[in-house]
Amino acid sequence: MKLELREVTKRFGDFTANDSIDLVVRPGTVHCLLGENGAGKSTLMNVIYGLYQPTEGQIFVDDQPVKFNGPSDAMAAGIGMVHQHFMLVPVFTVAENIALGSEKTSGGVLNLEETRVKIREISDRYGFHVDPDAVVEDLPVGVQQRVEIIKALVRDAEVLILDEPTAVLTPAETDQLLGIMDQLRKDGKSLLFISHKLREVRQISDDITVIRRGRVVGSADPSASTNELASLMVGKAVQLTVDKDEPRLNSNAFEVENLSLVASNGVHLLKNVSFTVNGGEILAVAGVQGNGQTELAESIIGLHPKATGSMRLNGEELLGRSTKQVLHSGVGFVPEDRSKDGLVGSFSIAENLILDLFDTKSFASGGSLKRAAISANADRAGSEFDIRMGSQEDAASTLSGGNQQKIVVARELSRDLKLFVASQPTRGVDVGSIEFIHKRIVAERDKGVPVLIVSTELDEIYALADRIAVFFHGELMGIASKDTPRSVLGQMMAGASYEEAVANQHEDPEVLLAKQDAAEGVVSEQHAQSIIESSSAQTATDQASTSYRGSVAAAQDLPWADNTDASKGEKA
Amino acid sequence: MSVALDTSRTEETAVVRRWKNPIIYAVLAALSFFLIGLNAPDKTVVFRLSDGLKNFSIPDLSLNAGVYGWISVVAMVAIAAFAFITMNKGREIPRGLQGLFWFFFITGMLVWVIGAARSSELSLVTLLTGALTLSIPMIFGSFGGLLCERSGIVNIAIEAQLLLGAFTAALAASMTGSPWVGLLAAMIGGVLVSLILAVFAIKYLVDQTIVGVVVNVLVAGLTGFLYSRVLQADPAHLNSAPKLPTFEIPVLSQIPVIGPVLFNQSVLVYIMYITVALIWFALNKTRWGLRTRAVGEHPKAADTLGINVNRLRFTNVLLAGVVAGMGGAFFTLVSVSSFNANMTAGQGYIALAALIFGRWKPFGALFASLLFGFTLQLNFVLSLLGTSVPTELLAMLPYLVTIFAVAGLVGVSRGPAASGKPYIKG
Repeated sequence: MKLELREVTKRFGDFTANDSIDLVVRPGTVHCLLGENGAGKSTLMNVIYGLYQPTEGQIFVDDQPVKFNGPSDAMAAGIGMVHQHFMLVPVFTVAENIALGSEKTSGGVLNLEETRVKIREISDRYGFHVDPDAVVEDLPVGVQQRVEIIKALVRDAEVLILDEPTAVLTPAETDQLLGIMDQLRKDGKSLLFISHKLREVRQISDDITVIRRGRVVGSADPSASTNELASLMVGKAVQLTVDKDEPRLNSNAFEVENLSLVASNGVHLLKNVSFTVNGGEILAVAGVQGNGQTELAESIIGLHPKATGSMRLNGEELLGRSTKQVLHSGVGFVPEDRSKDGLVGSFSIAENLILDLFDTKSFASGGSLKRAAISANADRAGSEFDIRMGSQEDAASTLSGGNQQKIVVARELSRDLKLFVASQPTRGVDVGSIEFIHKRIVAERDKGVPVLIVSTELDEIYALADRIAVFFHGELMGIASKDTPRSVLGQMMAGASYEEAVANQHEDPEVLLAKQDAAEGVVSEQHAQSIIESSSAQTATDQASTSYRGSVAAAQDLPWADNTDASKGEKA
Repeated sequence: MSVALDTSRTEETAVVRRWKNPIIYAVLAALSFFLIGLNAPDKTVVFRLSDGLKNFSIPDLSLNAGVYGWISVVAMVAIAAFAFITMNKGREIPRGLQGLFWFFFITGMLVWVIGAARSSELSLVTLLTGALTLSIPMIFGSFGGLLCERSGIVNIAIEAQLLLGAFTAALAASMTGSPWVGLLAAMIGGVLVSLILAVFAIKYLVDQTIVGVVVNVLVAGLTGFLYSRVLQADPAHLNSAPKLPTFEIPVLSQIPVIGPVLFNQSVLVYIMYITVALIWFALNKTRWGLRTRAVGEHPKAADTLGINVNRLRFTNVLLAGVVAGMGGAFFTLVSVSSFNANMTAGQGYIALAALIFGRWKPFGALFASLLFGFTLQLNFVLSLLGTSVPTELLAMLPYLVTIFAVAGLVGVSRGPAASGKPYIKG
């Protein structure tokens, strides 16, 4: 099915989120919509899916003009959507989630049998290994995403919109997803793939349309280099790598020993974590969201009083201290969710810049704040960190994500630090600000401060790390050097030790997928076993399966090689 | 190849010891030791079992307060000790034993207070019948709350629904002389309150708790005003409602003890049975139920599948008015036959507590309401028997039970995820 947008414009009041967008998704292809956060991609998707009505312009399905008053209209027209934040009810079973909205009943009683049959059918056809009766919240993220895809396919979607589908996946799960997308494309479905991750975009797309500030700024060929795509996306030449010299280590050190934290249900959030960050180096913590990295950062800053073990900064014990004491001993902390933990949105920019310093001599005397000093501080930080603001009295929440993040970083770096901890320092931040924030982090390292970065973006890990620590289920799987291949890190992020990951590099992906599903209880052991046994024979003849394999193999050729090539080029 | 074994869920967990339950048991067992063990009255407590039976009778249950007290104490101490031992090994004690502990605690205390009263003979049937009857408004109220909360709207206004339902029932039944018209009017009264809640909470996105509280105050004031200015002007014609009929179901009502309790009741009780069963069934087995639960948990997911979230919520809030309004009819068509200012006396809030204590589940809310009804009835029975416990303290009993039930015993219970959050499209 062909999906076409002609001059689609969407305005919210004075703000134009999409400005006369033209787009054609051809049947049997993957069309990528590439753009930065806030470029208007998600708005456009919601317009196509009927969640918003376009202010101007029109949508055509197979050259027929269509008008969607709601998602049900879009679904009826054969458009399905896999949302970035899954639209799944966590406490429902897979079948209930999929039946929702188009439930079959017999005599008034809900009848899910037909849905179960359809789920099994689709699941078998694409090798999803999804049990219709599993409760969604118990499933790993990658499987939940497959449930979202099944949800669209059950509704006979011919056009599938995938909104930033890889944001929540491990590198391995990402490759699985790209394989699935390839299979769907082979089946004649049209896929609209939204992403800002250049590596994946180049790997899977047939056509690429780049949008910036709500406008189409051009299209690109998948063979274009990452730097070209990035420049198109941002609108100026960008440097994706960070220039940094070899680390000059000093004797300052942050030593973590046997740090453990147990949740109230007995699950280990952190389990005997031990590592050392030396002064003058960046230790980057990689891992899929929710594997203990958040708790690690929060434990350092004193937010988990039940953590056990030891954390010493230059020999001084931090564990057991209050957050305020930890901050006063020279720890700078950028929390992963700036709007929740990093800023008070309704406070002014100037106030946010002194949130943890308001009671120091510089900004307060007696019981009152020194307004002049606070204002001068905001001016200084504003110019030093390039915070684009109207007035320093504006509420912090009125700024863009990038500028909000700069406030947090500016505040934390305005003190003399002995340790700098940053969680997701550039999440939801535009490329220009990413570059700036990365430079500041490297500058802090070059001052000789031990720096700990937590990031789920491997690109960021590679850009900043001197060494890479990988977390899985609260355990440190190992510390790898900064030039460890993506595939090895990916396996460590999925629970392999460094040695296993290196040794494991040549295993069959389908077999591993089946093993993994069996371990998760998604399918029975026997089922998994049969897949494992039939895998080698089947793949020789199975067209879809071999091409899936091919695309995964292709993925291996591309990875972070881009980064190193670019940096080599720069050095040369 | 980079496809790897990922996120396998077979991880070991640490031993987590939660001492809350063992400590509660130990404290209660110690309290029981002093009260119902050492201070047991040397009297025989008689529970009459054959009330309401026509063709035969069964012997009374006689218990020596001292002997039964010590049996209970020994059992409770044993279970508490066992709780400490198993928790030390990192295991929870079996649910059956927990139930047994509460059985001995409640019956032990019951025997003790009755033994300490001037008259130590009481009819078990009367006690339980009263308990069921007093639970009716709370059961209807908590089911009204359930319908709202499961679809994502917090219903603090149960109190107002009960009160306005009681008022309109009294007025309509008095004017027409028909309790059935009164019952219908009660439903309309409940729906009127729901309408205010729904319009402000869903359409105008006002904080649901605040709307609820304001509506409660508004309805209390309004019915109080109308009562003193209108009903009191002509009580004979405007405030003397005929009661809903009571009837006995043949055969079933002759089952010893539970027969007379469950099957010789006001017609409103039978309507309650049907309502409870119907709501349970509809919520769990029908399309409407699936959608209601989806809208209460993840409204956006429901919206993306073409479900009109706010319309469904609106309908459910109105339905909740119908159900809670019937609870209001209890006060003026079953309990007494005239309206009185503020006669619901906070039972709407207790109904809300029952809903939470019952973990937002139909049968949970039912049993929680029954428990609260039982404590209310106990309060009445004990003052009739002439207990030595001050009546003011006894009057606190239902509310004490409520606080402990909701705060202490539920633990961390998970309500509908989207409850209280208005749904704004986009």
